[in-house]
Amino acid sequence: MPNLALKKVPMPEQEPDVRNANFREVTLGYTEAMAIEEAKRCLNCRNKPCVGGCPVSVQIPEFIERVVAGDFADAYEIITSTNNLPAICGRVCPQESQCEKFCVRGIKGEPVAIGRLERFVADWAMANEPVSPTKADKKNRKVAVVGSGPAGLTCAGDLAKQGYDVTVFEAFHVPGGVLMYGIPEFRLPKAIVRQEIDALRGCGVDIKTNMVIGKILSLTDLMNEGFEAIFIGTGAGLPSFLKIPGENLNGVYSANEFLTRINLMKAYLFPNCDTPVRIGKRVAVVGGGNVAMDAARSAKRLGAEEVYIVYRRSEAEMPARLEEIHHAKQEGIIFRLLTNPIQIQGTESGWVRALECNEMELGEPDASGRRRPIAKPGSRFLLDVETVIIAIGNIPNPLLKNTTPGLETQKWGGIVVEAETMATSLEGVYAGGDAVTGAATVIQAMGAGRKAAQAIDDYLSGRRQDPENPACVVGSEIVEM
Amino acid sequence: MYKIVKKKALNPSVIRMDIAAPAIARKAEPGQFIILRVCEEGERIPLTIADFDREAGTVTIIFQIVGKTTHMLSQLNEGDDLLDFVGPLGVASHYDQPRKAAVIGGGLGSAIAYPQAKKLHQMGVEVDIIAGFRNRELIILEEEMRKVSTRLFVTTDDGSNGVKGFVTDVLQKQLEKGIKYDLVVAIGPLIMMKMVSNLTRPYGIKTIVSMNPVMIDGTGMCGGCRLTVGGETKFACVDGPDFDGHLVDFDEAMRRQQMYKAEEKQTLEAHICRLSGKENSDA
Repeated sequence: MPNLALKKVPMPEQEPDVRNANFREVTLGYTEAMAIEEAKRCLNCRNKPCVGGCPVSVQIPEFIERVVAGDFADAYEIITSTNNLPAICGRVCPQESQCEKFCVRGIKGEPVAIGRLERFVADWAMANEPVSPTKADKKNRKVAVVGSGPAGLTCAGDLAKQGYDVTVFEAFHVPGGVLMYGIPEFRLPKAIVRQEIDALRGCGVDIKTNMVIGKILSLTDLMNEGFEAIFIGTGAGLPSFLKIPGENLNGVYSANEFLTRINLMKAYLFPNCDTPVRIGKRVAVVGGGNVAMDAARSAKRLGAEEVYIVYRRSEAEMPARLEEIHHAKQEGIIFRLLTNPIQIQGTESGWVRALECNEMELGEPDASGRRRPIAKPGSRFLLDVETVIIAIGNIPNPLLKNTTPGLETQKWGGIVVEAETMATSLEGVYAGGDAVTGAATVIQAMGAGRKAAQAIDDYLSGRRQDPENPACVVGSEIVEM
Repeated sequence: MYKIVKKKALNPSVIRMDIAAPAIARKAEPGQFIILRVCEEGERIPLTIADFDREAGTVTIIFQIVGKTTHMLSQLNEGDDLLDFVGPLGVASHYDQPRKAAVIGGGLGSAIAYPQAKKLHQMGVEVDIIAGFRNRELIILEEEMRKVSTRLFVTTDDGSNGVKGFVTDVLQKQLEKGIKYDLVVAIGPLIMMKMVSNLTRPYGIKTIVSMNPVMIDGTGMCGGCRLTVGGETKFACVDGPDFDGHLVDFDEAMRRQQMYKAEEKQTLEAHICRLSGKENSDA
């Protein structure tokens, strides 16, 4: 009997006034009974519109059917046949604009809680099933993946499962990219990320940390070391600043720096961990995306009394997920909408004293289709704060581009690729994720990683190896015996 | 893991270590830096590469014991491993064949100035080295510096080595004597680099300084190392660490250096307490 309730089975979560003082995960996940009850809401429709909304085509009705049957191990196998990082996706995917957006149950009532079910299955498998990866026959062919964020890990996992020798190069001391340095513990516990990455290692993926490709090794060096194809998934790690006076005052952070200190370097455990972060009593976070919400909620947890989101448009234009905005408000974050910073004022000794802002109103739609904010005349005011966090976006890091002649990029830094194959301007070099698109979502990066893995397999299948020297490969078009 | 192959104290608070890091040694150039971490809870700290040996596969770092991380680092010995060692980061120093250069090192900065002098010396440049220290006990690398210079001036703040004064006093004397430098490289405390830059500005001598601000990743990701150079914001990690001393906003850099002073003191004191088992320590 399907469950005909119009609403999702609620997921337990920490109370807002408890959780805004700790870094433990906000949402607590379904129990088995809750998961089965929610799974029964799926109508198992024939045309599966939900699957079309998923960038990695998770077989959604199939896995949900196994959840109904209580066969969670089977459900996990179905999910992981197309998704290498289900415990992560179940937590951070914007399901409302992907799979769940197309769910038939969403026409009248709430869609099936696909994300929560995916998370439940992945967590269940981590807790109950020793992951026994299916190892394909070794092809003895090497592929390098630069960057260990969601794009790189997905590409690496897919290729390793097909028998390629995959080495992932990560610049930081731990793998995971934005999953480790960007998304806070309370939204995505790092232990979960580590477990997902360990599962990939189990599939044969080799991960080398402390390797800044472009510095310690160039792409040519990698080719010379016998890597036949390279995937670039270096993300969008270069922070944008507002370019207003006062941005170099003490107490001004890029969201990247603020979150990296907290998430990767564990500044929230200071002084038990050595990396500090300055919070102050009043904090302004400039920006309206998920990263801004993460920074604001982190500042609150670290003891700030008042935390403002300063955003120049209205709430309707905010790029953050509704759930993140909702959680931020619940936790006491103050939204200063239609507010545009024009200067950061400092004390004599060079510390932030206040954020000078204009009040804005919305005019005609601009190039982005959103109504353009216009300053109200004579509306200048001061927001007294001690810390300002700039969360207005990131662009791709030029480090690799600058050291790789011939790698074509867009003016703003994104790597140019062929849409179908993710192939770059260099033979055998593919790219995907934020390094190509600019800042986007975890799952979009994973979709790109998957597409590139497929293209790399096609590319390498069309090439033969020199049996005398496996590192020396002849392009298929010139193989003539 | 990255093994400490060799360790030597250069003075009571400055230590030199050769670290086994063959891939970094292959690519390293003077002016670049590494980032290291000593323990799982530890900070990432940047240190300029003091030397490298491509054949032996080692990278040399020279550091002063100032905070918890460098204190912990100083406790490690030959055969021990560093947890993380990343590099080579930053842009290598680049010099267009000057004729006569003054390379100036302040305190520990001499350790970083030395490879610059060596590189210039190897390029056939006439190199004067001016190295300043607080007192005689703190003088480092005197013999090494002598070998790669035409003239070596070692000066002490207290005059305990027989030459009293700051590096700027020596430089000023040379300039007033009419010595024509077409390049000055100054590496040391911010205030020293600022004073040297102020001194050379009216003479129009190209002056390169090496900036070493707080940073985390060293790849342009956090922006914590930003500074103002010629009115523009630059990241020391990817745009530097070498910059035109006449364009750097040193006052801002000095303010930014104060950002975590209280926290640095706190971790160091807690660390010393744990080591000594005392409630309070003046160490």
